[in-house]
Amino acid sequence: MSETLIKVVNLKKYFPIRGIFFTKARVKAVDGVTFDIRRGETLGLVGESGCGKTTTGRLILRLLKPTAGHVYFEGKDVFKLKGEELKKFRKSAQIILQDPYTSLNPRMTVFEIINEALEVHKMKISDKEEFIVNWLRKVGLEKHHLYRYPHEFSGGQRQRIAIVRALVINPKFVILDEPTSALDVSVQAQILNMLKDFQREMSLTYLFISHDLGIVKYMSTRIAVMYLGKIVELAPADELFEKPQHPYSQMLLASIPIPDPEYALKKPKVRVYGEPPSPINPPPGCRFHPRCEHVMEICSKEEPPFIEVERDHYVACWLYAKR
Amino acid sequence: MTLVSEEVYEKKILDKVIDRLVDGVAKVIDKFKPGWSVKNRSKIDEWKLMFYAFNRSPPGLIGAALILGFIAIGIFGPYFAPYSYRLFLFIEHEETYLVPPGSTIVSKGETFYFPLGTDKYGRDLLSLILYGARVSLVVSMIVIALGVPLGIVLGLVAGYFGGKIDEIIMRITDTFLAFPALILAIAFAAVLPERLRPMIIYNEQLKTLLSIFFAADPRDAANFAPILSVILAIIIVWWPGYTRIIRGSVLSVRENLYVEAARALGVSTWKILTKHILPNVISPVLVLITLDVGAVILVEAGLSFLGLGAQDPMIDWGKIVFDGAQYFPDRWWLVLFPGLATFLAVLGWNLVGDTLRDVLDPKTRRSIEFKVKKKKLAATSEDGGASQ
Repeated sequence: MSETLIKVVNLKKYFPIRGIFFTKARVKAVDGVTFDIRRGETLGLVGESGCGKTTTGRLILRLLKPTAGHVYFEGKDVFKLKGEELKKFRKSAQIILQDPYTSLNPRMTVFEIINEALEVHKMKISDKEEFIVNWLRKVGLEKHHLYRYPHEFSGGQRQRIAIVRALVINPKFVILDEPTSALDVSVQAQILNMLKDFQREMSLTYLFISHDLGIVKYMSTRIAVMYLGKIVELAPADELFEKPQHPYSQMLLASIPIPDPEYALKKPKVRVYGEPPSPINPPPGCRFHPRCEHVMEICSKEEPPFIEVERDHYVACWLYAKR
Repeated sequence: MTLVSEEVYEKKILDKVIDRLVDGVAKVIDKFKPGWSVKNRSKIDEWKLMFYAFNRSPPGLIGAALILGFIAIGIFGPYFAPYSYRLFLFIEHEETYLVPPGSTIVSKGETFYFPLGTDKYGRDLLSLILYGARVSLVVSMIVIALGVPLGIVLGLVAGYFGGKIDEIIMRITDTFLAFPALILAIAFAAVLPERLRPMIIYNEQLKTLLSIFFAADPRDAANFAPILSVILAIIIVWWPGYTRIIRGSVLSVRENLYVEAARALGVSTWKILTKHILPNVISPVLVLITLDVGAVILVEAGLSFLGLGAQDPMIDWGKIVFDGAQYFPDRWWLVLFPGLATFLAVLGWNLVGDTLRDVLDPKTRRSIEFKVKKKKLAATSEDGGASQ
């Protein structure tokens, strides 16, 4: 279980904002992120909108060029892959995207969409039609859906097609980029369970990106909390929910609505206030210090180190660091 | 389950004929590729639905009829022309000089009938219009066939790759866009024919090919050159419009997640461009093409009206008007009939273009279907009320 599949080292992505003649400013979407993903686990990546979760996912798949840093997939630097090796990487790492309404080409039938994946990777299958129909059945679609266009399906059905497209080439690692945020709650549960079943069956490794904490808790083995382009806390899922260490994680968890009013009253309150500052010009030192209750002098001066407070539980906060 | 259309929509004769036609084409393809029609069931239904929506639009049908007429005349007209465009009757039969429409002339024992009158050389105006249709058709088709692909390719490349490539292509496009067609055509007409003429005259194959294209006598080969230079001038000012439109659409389409999914799958850039982006940006171009065929016919006629296109004895619609203008309004037929022909052809393409825009846009198409559907439902409820 503990073998590392993906290692992300000091990954950075700055998006330039172009002026008339030269770059005016840079949005620091991802600013020095380091973590690893272990074979067979689901790593949850949570954070507010705009904190760089999705960008991190795209960088890992080499859909964007990083400003700095490395991603190692099975020990090989993803950004240095070429030719056959790159093709092999594309086959083993896949992504399921957020919005099923734009993730399927409206001019291609279901068969064409899935067949494209098989053809790119030259999968040798004697009867493609039967093979694809079998896959469609696995996600609860039928044979007569094979030659339909995406607009003839509901959102949940489309997401199932997108799942088949990603999994049909038998990948090792799949990024789930908010796969259920565009779907209604009952469909969400079906899709999530389906993804869990596939993980067990095909021994997949997931990076689950979401802002929905409940779903992340349900899906993940470990969870990384991101704030303004940096990871502030990384811990096993249960532990993070039981004893969050970083003030931001505490704030985030406190914001989950509790359906039981009596329990909600008893629970200690952590107020949520402030808004995340602009990633163009993030605050110096710890990026959370303008919103933090426990802010100290050092917080605005130096960046806190990412330290292991308990086994497998990392926090970037001066409260726990030895000065 | 079939599409709703077959259950709800009432089909008129024209719809049924076109349905048969689409099914027939599907069957033919099925013979070459077994199983094709099953796989493309949705596509075939979509086509039928599109024709159905098109058939609901009277202007579109009128336009389609005009276009079909124009194309038919352009292709077959010259072979049915009563007289050749090189037949200068006036030389032997002085009575044929500028005869009004519908006259029968008997001269030196021969009888001539001119349904649309004659021009100053005693040539039959109907024949001239039939020959002129061919030139208009060929010119507009060549301009579209060469200019549009060029514009599309450059627009795709500029929009998809962005950055410096985009800058360079779009600045070149702007430069060409800034050229007025007229000035360029005048410059070309002054220089190019001199170079093109020997090329055409001494190249037997090119000579035969062009004379078949223009339905002209190979002896007029020297006069093909000005028409070719007009074609070239129009192409040069025509493609930038397509580059702009395609680039704009590509900019929005490439942000769609399916492009990203294709990249994550490792689909090659060429396939992403041709299979994912092009099919999703092409429909505005189809509309633009139909509108532009009309515009090209007009520009071409305009250039020959200025004396830049066809030279005697070659003929096209603009040239007939140009020659006839000096006798206007006494000999009105020389201007009226070729002008009317131009007008109808351009009108036809524009009507079809307008209707296509509505039909190809899924939003307006659904609204057309919805309207028809509602009417049908209302009618059935009335029936129910009457029977009670």
